[in-house]
Amino acid sequence: MSMLARLLRRLGRASIGAIERLGFVTRFYFAILRQSGTSVVRPQLVVKEIYQAGVLSLIIVMMSGLFIGMVLALQGYETLARFGATESMGVLVALSLVRELGPVVAALLFASRAGSAITAEIGLMKTTEQLAAMEVMAVDPIARVVAPRFWGGVISLPLLAALFSMLGVYGGYLVGVQLIGIDGGSFWGQMQASVDWRYDIMNGVIKSIVFAFAVSLIAVFEGYDAKPTAEGVSAATTRTVVTSALTILALDFVLTVFMFRGGIN
Amino acid sequence: MNRKIIDLWVGIFVAIGLGALLFLALKVGNLLSINEDRRGYQIEARFDNVGNLKPRAPVKSAGVVVGRVESIRLDDKTFEGIVRLHIYSQYLFPRDTIAAIFTSGLLGEQFVSLEAGGDTVMLKDESKIAKTQSAIQLEKLVSQFMFSKAQDSAPPAPSAGGAATPGAKP
Repeated sequence: MSMLARLLRRLGRASIGAIERLGFVTRFYFAILRQSGTSVVRPQLVVKEIYQAGVLSLIIVMMSGLFIGMVLALQGYETLARFGATESMGVLVALSLVRELGPVVAALLFASRAGSAITAEIGLMKTTEQLAAMEVMAVDPIARVVAPRFWGGVISLPLLAALFSMLGVYGGYLVGVQLIGIDGGSFWGQMQASVDWRYDIMNGVIKSIVFAFAVSLIAVFEGYDAKPTAEGVSAATTRTVVTSALTILALDFVLTVFMFRGGIN
Repeated sequence: MNRKIIDLWVGIFVAIGLGALLFLALKVGNLLSINEDRRGYQIEARFDNVGNLKPRAPVKSAGVVVGRVESIRLDDKTFEGIVRLHIYSQYLFPRDTIAAIFTSGLLGEQFVSLEAGGDTVMLKDESKIAKTQSAIQLEKLVSQFMFSKAQDSAPPAPSAGGAATPGAKP
């Protein structure tokens, strides 16, 4: 009986802890929104973070997009050739990139490339008591350090996702039309006939904006919440990548259910 | 890092990011041609069988896309499929137009084809198409073909059976 009680108590404590953390994240989010005025008044702060998070992630995101597009075309050709529908390859590549792979893979790459860096930076600032020093100087660290990094991430990721999709489509074109030799006219023509601007592309952009908010919030929160020790910062960095990846995939499922219900009505 | 260089790189990044969005919209999503004729009017057609027709499938006349399928539902009195068609406003069709469901290619997507009649009165918003032709179902076609084949070969059946049995008998 006491075993059971202990087990239940532990479960209860874990649940309360999780809810507390969720509440903390929510309040932290609203604190960032409240303290965003500085980022608007001094856009240079955000520009610097866009450079750190966006520009420095360009190479990895663009290369991944190109290669994923090329692999999609090769794999798609294998399957489509069985049904004699290789002309639909443009549709296959464009839809899978614009709807799913672009936003999701770009967000995963962004979380591991830029999100972890943000967490480590803020965590180390906390460990070396730079944040506390700012507070002593009456500078709000959320306004000065956290909010610019948050907005830098929010602005960067949708642009990176669009670049990823574009290079993926180009990679598919390279392999499909140039290498395998599908007719270029039907590649683009079928793609343009089946991809809808509002239904497919806008929904993909909305996805990447939602992911941008989620990943940026997780990254700055884990950094701000890190234990001020070397192990604490390393654990926080790991948590950023793991939590971001799980959150992106879970959010992607929910968003996809709402956006593309397919035959389910 | 120099502030000017950072500004330059961020400017390049934002520009090519927005350029990529524009590329997706124009080249992949073909935004311009859709926006041109998005406005239109709605007509209804009733089919005995809509087959595999899906919402957003193209409506074509003489092979030219003139609209999209808006929605498909079942009339629970007559048990017919009611297909609402969104026709771009620059295209007008006579009142006795025939709507048919065809398949592009052997296994391609299905679309609604409008064959214009000779009436001088044109279809308006919310009007109904009287004459329709249902989707052709491949299974029915195959079974019809098989039956007619079987019937064709029925008269010389003995000889056909005779030809088959020698192999089986010995």
